Amino acid sequence: MDKRPFSMQVDLDDFIPATEKEKEYMVTMRPPSTFFKDGIKRLKKNKVAVFSFIVIVIITLAAIFVPIFWPYSYDQMLGVVPGKPVDNSFLNLAPFQYGKSEIDQMAAGEKITPHIFGTDSQGRDYFIRVVYGTRISLAVGFFASIIVLIIGLAVGSISGYAGGKVDLVIMRIVDMIYSLPDMLMVILLASVMKQVLESSLDGTVFEKIGSNIISLFIVFGLLYWVSMARLIRGQILSLKEQEYVLASKAGGARGTWIITKHLIPNCFSVIVISTALQIPSAIFTESYLSFLGLGVNAPMPSLGSLASEALNGLSSYPYRLVIPAVVISLIVLSLNLFGDGLRDAFDPKLNV
Amino acid sequence: MSEKTENLVEIKHLKEYFNINVGFFKTKPLKAVDDVSFDIKRGETLGLVGESGCGKTTVGRTILNLYKPTAGEIIYDGKSVKTKDDIKEFRKKATMVFQDPYSSLNPRMTVSDIIAEPLDVHKMYKSQEQRRERVLELMNYVGLNSEHASRYAHEFSGGQRQRIGIARSLAIDPEFIVCDEPVSALDVSIQAQVINMFDELQEKLGLTYLFIAHDLLVVRHISDRIGVMYLGKMVELADAKEIYDHPQHPYSVSLLSAVPVPDPKEARANKRIVLSGDIPSPLNAPSGCPFRTRCPHATQKCAESMPELKEISSGHYAACHIL
Repeated sequence: MDKRPFSMQVDLDDFIPATEKEKEYMVTMRPPSTFFKDGIKRLKKNKVAVFSFIVIVIITLAAIFVPIFWPYSYDQMLGVVPGKPVDNSFLNLAPFQYGKSEIDQMAAGEKITPHIFGTDSQGRDYFIRVVYGTRISLAVGFFASIIVLIIGLAVGSISGYAGGKVDLVIMRIVDMIYSLPDMLMVILLASVMKQVLESSLDGTVFEKIGSNIISLFIVFGLLYWVSMARLIRGQILSLKEQEYVLASKAGGARGTWIITKHLIPNCFSVIVISTALQIPSAIFTESYLSFLGLGVNAPMPSLGSLASEALNGLSSYPYRLVIPAVVISLIVLSLNLFGDGLRDAFDPKLNV
Repeated sequence: MSEKTENLVEIKHLKEYFNINVGFFKTKPLKAVDDVSFDIKRGETLGLVGESGCGKTTVGRTILNLYKPTAGEIIYDGKSVKTKDDIKEFRKKATMVFQDPYSSLNPRMTVSDIIAEPLDVHKMYKSQEQRRERVLELMNYVGLNSEHASRYAHEFSGGQRQRIGIARSLAIDPEFIVCDEPVSALDVSIQAQVINMFDELQEKLGLTYLFIAHDLLVVRHISDRIGVMYLGKMVELADAKEIYDHPQHPYSVSLLSAVPVPDPKEARANKRIVLSGDIPSPLNAPSGCPFRTRCPHATQKCAESMPELKEISSGHYAACHIL
């Protein structure tokens, strides 16, 4: 239609009904988003948590892979070569210094991997000892929290779901365990287990780690699950009153079905968060037990025992204490920050 | 089934007491449902009305054995439901639609998982393909788009959520559904849609409903017969039309006088009977007739004995001494 200039006439072309295709174009569906995806999205926005996660990944990968290609091993005394007199020049090397034989080899044109952190009083490469120590600490932290998680989850969910007398009995047991001084128990068990376990461990994988770490796991399994169990019980107590649980019951579901399909998935965030926060506490416990001399068997290092050994030459070689201490702090701090980030991202109460 | 009983569900002297802690180690029974008996005929809708806290929901849940009845008998299809095996079988035929569409769907499950849950529990499919087809069929029944199957419940509106809940209860192909205030959480326009859907499904699938609500107009629309409850007791039971036109029990009379009438002239002519006082606590229920504390016609006899639910005219039962 012609349109006269300056007229107020409405342009009819603007009022043509939309075609089916155009309508379809307007309706866009948001891709389905899960709780987990939303949480990850929020977590990614938290720079501190992401950075901590990267630090944890780097440390973990290093602890796993560095020993594979590193030319020295944690118990190899570099000055001691069979058939030759002990070479004292390897003892107590400062960072990036070399022993006598190595200097000769380098003069001959060979490449020698530097001792980044120097060597210890027995001529062992300190860097690889720190890496092994990290490996032990991380493994202890990880497995201890898994033990805590499994026991806490089972006891907590049964206690919370069953309620009544079952709950009462379980919670009184938990209260009793809570009142035991855990450090005392660790030290007691460690010294008792040493005699009992030592002989039976010979020849197994655990021999190198030693009975102390086994008893540490046992103590974690016996004592530390209580707070996890309480936490999960509390969650389940409030979740089981939800109508979807009743609906599931009306559909004929039994206790195990309801716990595994409805209750545990709904307190998943709490479980992940408290497990993430449990790891550093286990690492810490292991470290100061090792520091007290109740940790891994020598010559296997752990970060705590490295720090403990370093005390002897503290005035001459302070870095030997500083390095493992820094690594412990780094692991514990980044795990804690990451755990906090997880909580912020996944705690439904904060989801506004 | 060769022989069909007329009554699908028979409730006989059902009692449900909850123990409430009133002090240290002291409990007192709260009589949520006290000696209620009624039948539900095959294919009919029995409406259940009453104030908040009068035990309507408890009746519904106790019938489905979600609460273990303190006393009384539930007879389903001529067979008493008592042992665990009975309950297991019963759960394959009777389900429930819940009041709150927000808390009755698990936020961690997709719509298809929610709807298929009863199927999973009873292992009622042979292959994943069959499960998927059944879910889509159910979603189609309740008017949900099949694209919604992989979504989570929180992405839906209240009405859509209630449809998901209804689809879930239809999954096992039930005969009997307890609808526990299925529309009270929805706004009025959606209420109408959902109520009409209940009607259509009943026609299509031959369902029997126990329809619990406090909205009297909704109940009147959907019910064949209506029961009025007060403080855990059934006070009147009759055909829907009969109870609206000729309520007999003083409580039903006052309850129905509160129903808003769309015509203002008529509304002005109707006198609303306002009851004095509050509903007594079910922990300290009055002796004799529970309604006597608020009843305008109460006599000495009402305090002494509880009136029986007796037939005052054909199919019209009421529990009152003055009738």
